[in-house]
Parts: sequence; C-alpha cells; structure tokens
Amino acid sequence: MKPTLSIRNLHVAVGGTPILRGVDLTIRYGETHALMGPNGSGKSTLGLAVMGHPNYEVSEGTIDLDGQNILEMTPDERARVGLFYAFQRPVAIPGVKMADFLRHATTNVRNPQRQEGEELIPMRVFREELRTKMEQLKMDAQFARRYVNDGFSGGEMKRAEILQLAMLQPKFAILDETDSGLDADAVRLASQSIAEIGREKMGLLIITHHDKLLEHNPPDFTHVMLGGRIVESGSAELAEELHRYGYERIRRAYPEADAQNRVMAHEEVA
Amino acid sequence: MDVTIQSGFSAAAFEAALAAAQEPGWLRDSRRAAWRSFLDLAWPARDGEEWSRTDIRTFKLDQFAPLLDGPVPSVEPAGLLRAGVDLAGRLTAVNGRITAVELEPAWQQRGVLFGNLSELLSDHEALLRPYLDQPLVPPSYDRFSALRAACWTAGQLVYVPRGVVVDQPLHLLSVIGDGAADVSQTLVVLEEGAEATVLCEMEGITGTDAGLHCGALDIIVRPGAHLRIVNLQNWGQGTWHFAHQKAVVQRDASLQWTIAAMGSRLSKVNQHVELAGIGASSQVNGVLFTEGKQHIAYHTLQHHRAPSCRSDFLYKGALQDKSRIVWRGMIKVDPKAQQTDGYQRNDNLLLGAQVRADSIPGLEIEADDVRCTHGSTSGRVDDELVFYARCRGFTRKEAIQTIVTGFFQQIFDRITIESVRDALALAIARRVREYA
Ligand SMILES: Nc1ncnc2c1ncn2[C@@H]1O[C@H](COP(=O)(O)OP(=O)(O)OP(=O)(O)O)[C@@H](O)[C@H]1O
Ligand SMILES: [Mg+2]
Repeated sequence: MKPTLSIRNLHVAVGGTPILRGVDLTIRYGETHALMGPNGSGKSTLGLAVMGHPNYEVSEGTIDLDGQNILEMTPDERARVGLFYAFQRPVAIPGVKMADFLRHATTNVRNPQRQEGEELIPMRVFREELRTKMEQLKMDAQFARRYVNDGFSGGEMKRAEILQLAMLQPKFAILDETDSGLDADAVRLASQSIAEIGREKMGLLIITHHDKLLEHNPPDFTHVMLGGRIVESGSAELAEELHRYGYERIRRAYPEADAQNRVMAHEEVA
Repeated sequence: MDVTIQSGFSAAAFEAALAAAQEPGWLRDSRRAAWRSFLDLAWPARDGEEWSRTDIRTFKLDQFAPLLDGPVPSVEPAGLLRAGVDLAGRLTAVNGRITAVELEPAWQQRGVLFGNLSELLSDHEALLRPYLDQPLVPPSYDRFSALRAACWTAGQLVYVPRGVVVDQPLHLLSVIGDGAADVSQTLVVLEEGAEATVLCEMEGITGTDAGLHCGALDIIVRPGAHLRIVNLQNWGQGTWHFAHQKAVVQRDASLQWTIAAMGSRLSKVNQHVELAGIGASSQVNGVLFTEGKQHIAYHTLQHHRAPSCRSDFLYKGALQDKSRIVWRGMIKVDPKAQQTDGYQRNDNLLLGAQVRADSIPGLEIEADDVRCTHGSTSGRVDDELVFYARCRGFTRKEAIQTIVTGFFQQIFDRITIESVRDALALAIARRVREYA
C-alpha cells in the first residue's frame, strides 16, 4: 500500500480561538492535491498544525502517517518521518549559512536515528549534491553562502524553500503559497522544479491563490477551505473554476462557514 | 624567614618575595610604593558607578596563595588556540609562575623578545624600564591595580622590533588551579612598522578551579605597526578575574583585538583603547558567554585623542542559567580629535529565564566634526526560528545551538584568524544547552 497522510476531524485553536473546525483530508504518496480558499480560511494553520507548531493546539481529531499517530511527535520527529512544510513566510536565521543549515537538516532527515553530535554527511558529498540541485533550480552558487533567509527578497525565500524540498525529499510536502512573490519567469521555473522534484515522488498539498503552479502540477484533487473546514472537494476543474470566478458560489453555498471565515478574517459580516 | 604561603598577601610574604626576586632597585622601589597604595586603599565600593553592578563582597584575598615558592602543579595545559597552529613562540604560566618559554630561533635572531618579563629585564633593562616605571594603568587606579603592581610574578613580554613582521602567532597560555593566585603583568610592544599576532589564553586546570587572577595587559602599537591580539578568558568557573587592559595605538597603526570571555566566577575587566596618533585604527570583537552564576563585567573605553582615527567595538553576549553580563561602553572624543569615526555596540542573547544583562553605552564628545554611533540590544531566542529549524529536522537543542552560533557569526566574520574563529565557535556550541 502506498504511504498515506490522513487527517481526520482536525480541530485546531490558537490561543484558545478555534481556527480549524474538523478538517478531513487524505493524501496518498504520488498524489497532488490543491488546497484553495479565501484569506484567513485556515490553510496555513493546517500546514503549521501538521508540523506541530507549539502555538497551534489540536483539541480534537487525528493526523496519521501510515497509521502512525504523528500528533505525539515533535516537529523534528515529524520532519524525520518525511513531512515537509514550505513556509508561507519563512523566517531568517542570521549568521547561519544556507549550506551549513541544509547539511545539518539533510543529515538528520536522511538518518532519522542520528543522535545529537554524530557526524554530518561528508562535506564533499554534500557540496556536490547541493551544487547539482542548485544548478537545476538555476540558483547562483553564492546563495549557499548567504545566511538562511536573511535579507532575501520574497522570491529568493520561496526558491530557498524549494531548494530545501529538493534536498530533503520528504514523503509528503505542503507548499504554502510557494508561488507568491515570484515574477512570471520565476513562477514558471518554480512550477517546473516542483513538478520535477515532487510529482509522483511524494504526496503534494499545494496551497495557492494562482493558477500557474497548478498548470505544471495538475492536481488530482482540489479542496476548498472556508471558515476552518474543507467545504468542497473536486477535481482540477474545481481549481480552474475558483481561479476564474472566485469564491462567490462557495460562500453562498456554505453560509455558515462563510460567516465563520468572515469572523476569523475580521471582515464585516455581509 | 618563616612565611607560609597560605597566609594570603601579607606584608611578610611581600617582603620575602621582594628579597627572593633580585630585581633592580627602581623596580623594588616601585613595588614598595604600590604595596603602600594597596595597604592604603579599600576595595572598590559599590556606591561608585564602576562597581555598582559588580558585587565582590564575598571575595576574600587571603583565600589565595601568592608569591613564594608554592609547588607548581605539573600540568600540560592544552589551550584551545594551540591545536593545529604553527606558532612562532609559546609561553606557559602555571599559578602565576612562568614554567615554559619557546621562541623560534629565527625570530630570536631578528630581535624579537618573548617570554618571562622578569628574566628579560636583566638583559634589556634600559629598553623595558620605561614601560614598568609608567604602566598604562597606574598602580593608584584602584586596589587591584596596586596589588598587581606590587606583587606581579607572572611577567610576560612580547616585543617586536622596528619593521619586523612576525607572520606566525605567539601564544601565551596561563592556567590557575584551585586556591592559586596569578598576579600578572603582560607587556606587548610593537615598534614602528612591526606586525604580530598574539594569542593570550587563560584556562583553569579542571574547569571549576577557584583561583584568583589579577592582572594588567599593556599594549603599545607604535606608528605604522599592526597588531592582532586575542584574549581568551576561560578560567575555571570558581575563579575571580580582575584585569586592566589598555592599548595605545599610535599614528597610522592598527589594532584588532578579539576578546572572548567564557570562564571565571566573576570577571571585572577594564578595556581601554587610546587612539593616540593621526590615522590610528582599532577594532574590538568581544564574545561573552556566561552560564551558571557567572558574572562578567566589561567596562570599555575608546578614547580618541588624535584626529582621523577609527574605533569599532562590537560585543555580543549570550547568557544561560542565572548568569549576568554587565557591559558599559564609552566613546570619548577629545576636542582636537576631529574626523573621528567611532562605533560601539553590544547585543545580548538571553538564553536562560533568570539571566540579566545590563548594557550601558555612552558618548562623551568634545570635537564637532565626528561620526559616532552606538547601540545595544537584548533579546531572547525567537521561538519561530527554533520551530523553523525543527521543521527541517533539527532537534530543539541543535536548533538553539545553531541560532546561538549564528548570533555570534557577525563577530566571527570580523575575526581574521581562522583557528581562533573555529575554536571559539566550537567552544560556544559545546556550552549551549537545551532550554525549555
Ligand atoms: N499565530 C496566530 N495568532 C493569532 N491568530 C492566528 C494565528 N495563526 C492564524 N491565526 C488566525 O487564524 C485564521 C486563519 O489563518 P491562516 O493563516 O491559517 O489563513 P490562510 O488561509 O493561510 O490565509 P492566507 O490565504 O491569507 O494565507 C486567521 O484569522 C488568522 O488571523
Ligand atoms: Mg496562509
């Protein structure tokens, strides 16, 4: 059986405020899923909760990877069993070079049993692999010597996230607006790269507001999140519909979720 | 003479040491004068600004054995800065006694003086007397400087003659064991156009030793000379460390001074750079790392006395457990020191929940055409950074170690001696623990 990430009835609150209200989602290895939904509907919250962000309290529901409950795991244990989240807003780690950061990350993720202080991947082997992957992503070699996300442009940060995806080769990856902040050429390159790195070689959940990324990574399934729930799922056509016509139909069809979403996003209730 | 060395710094012990040392009369006289100052002065009071944050009420001088021939433990101190480095010279001091000196013959032939200041004094009295007659920090400054001027036994000298470029580092390593006192006078002189790299390293024998170090470091960089100097203070965590360090940088000379303070129970250091000639330039890189109940206080002064000089002081501290850092910086610009470029900054990373960092930058500017900037920050490790690194497979401890090392990287980037950079990064990474 293919590895499966399965999320059941997931309820997540931040600082006591409920954000996710019963999310169900099953992703099999090799599948591509699109997750769409208006601002503030809870998409990033889902990604952060899957990785175990300490501020996101799971009050109900389960997340299993191959039948293994991951809710008991720390974020690094989740990374080591093959989960990856490309941040919508990556943070800078001043003074830590991309290459050093990635060497350590790659070592830990590839050797899940590694103990603190044990050897890292040999420098030469790592450098060679990093160089190759950076070339494929058309990234300047200089990039590896810069500090993690420090002073990166929005586009550079997203490309750095893709580079990490390429190096870590997870089983399941959630890409949170990895196409935002990129210029037209960069979006095309990013979309192609993700297709090369991820398609059929992992389970992908692509969170996006644009259609370019999905053009190169046609989703097997599309899900729409509203007010902290997945209110509708469908095929690639659903994504196309939403790109073309927006969320008007969805909001009308699910007035309760729509109201929740407006409260969460601090919008005036219509 | 029936003096026991365990009795502390008594008058009898002082006289006995003086009798045994066979030093020139002028030096005995100045030691006696300093001893009188020592007797007259009280320990610094807490009501003055300089000592208001540094409490030495539990410091008892007579718990430490000074001066006379106590047994020198036979230790082979390793030091963090010696490994894998080709050295031009190396000196070792144990419990305030110089126990070994080596200088490559090539440098000896070129007139470099390196080693035991007391011994070198007999052959080079005329050259060295002025520095000892007029130490950069006068014996009367406070009771510690008086004690040091009266009682120093660990005299260390680095003297590089005019135009000589010593292209390998000179290493001075001092160790103190439990109950021992190291009262030291270190003198570094670079004559015109000379260049050298000096690594001063201090460590405890076991890492927890309760010793005393009271010392002075006098640095003179003559016109056009270039000195890189490193002070790695890694005393055992029971040791009291009182130091006066002062450098005078003359016309078109440069000083790169790296300090790393990680050891001791309590440190009180006055670090003073005087820009004394036109075009002099100085860079200070300070790395402070404290844990347990350590208290490290740095009082720094960058004194611009001549026009067109540069001073660039950056200190970064990280604090664990219940430790404390006090940093007080001052840029002083004399009226004639126009076109001064002065910078001072102290950033602290608070790792433990009960740490405290006091950061007090200051400016005293009497010239009108200057550029001086200063600043300080204190903050905790950002949980979002820890989470990000953990999402990429770092354990919590590894994430914090990486973030702390990154915090110091800005300083490491400024240190031009690779072995020092690597040794410091490693020493710090090893000390960072996990925090809940
Ligand atoms: N750490 C937090 N603290 C407070 N509120 C939060 C936090 N994280 C999320 N929220 C709230 O949860 C709701 C969902 O946020 P989330 O970031 O998941 O939305 P999103 O669907 O990713 O939106 P966008 O498309 O704008 O990225 C929002 O109302 C947001 O303000
Ligand atoms: Mg989002």
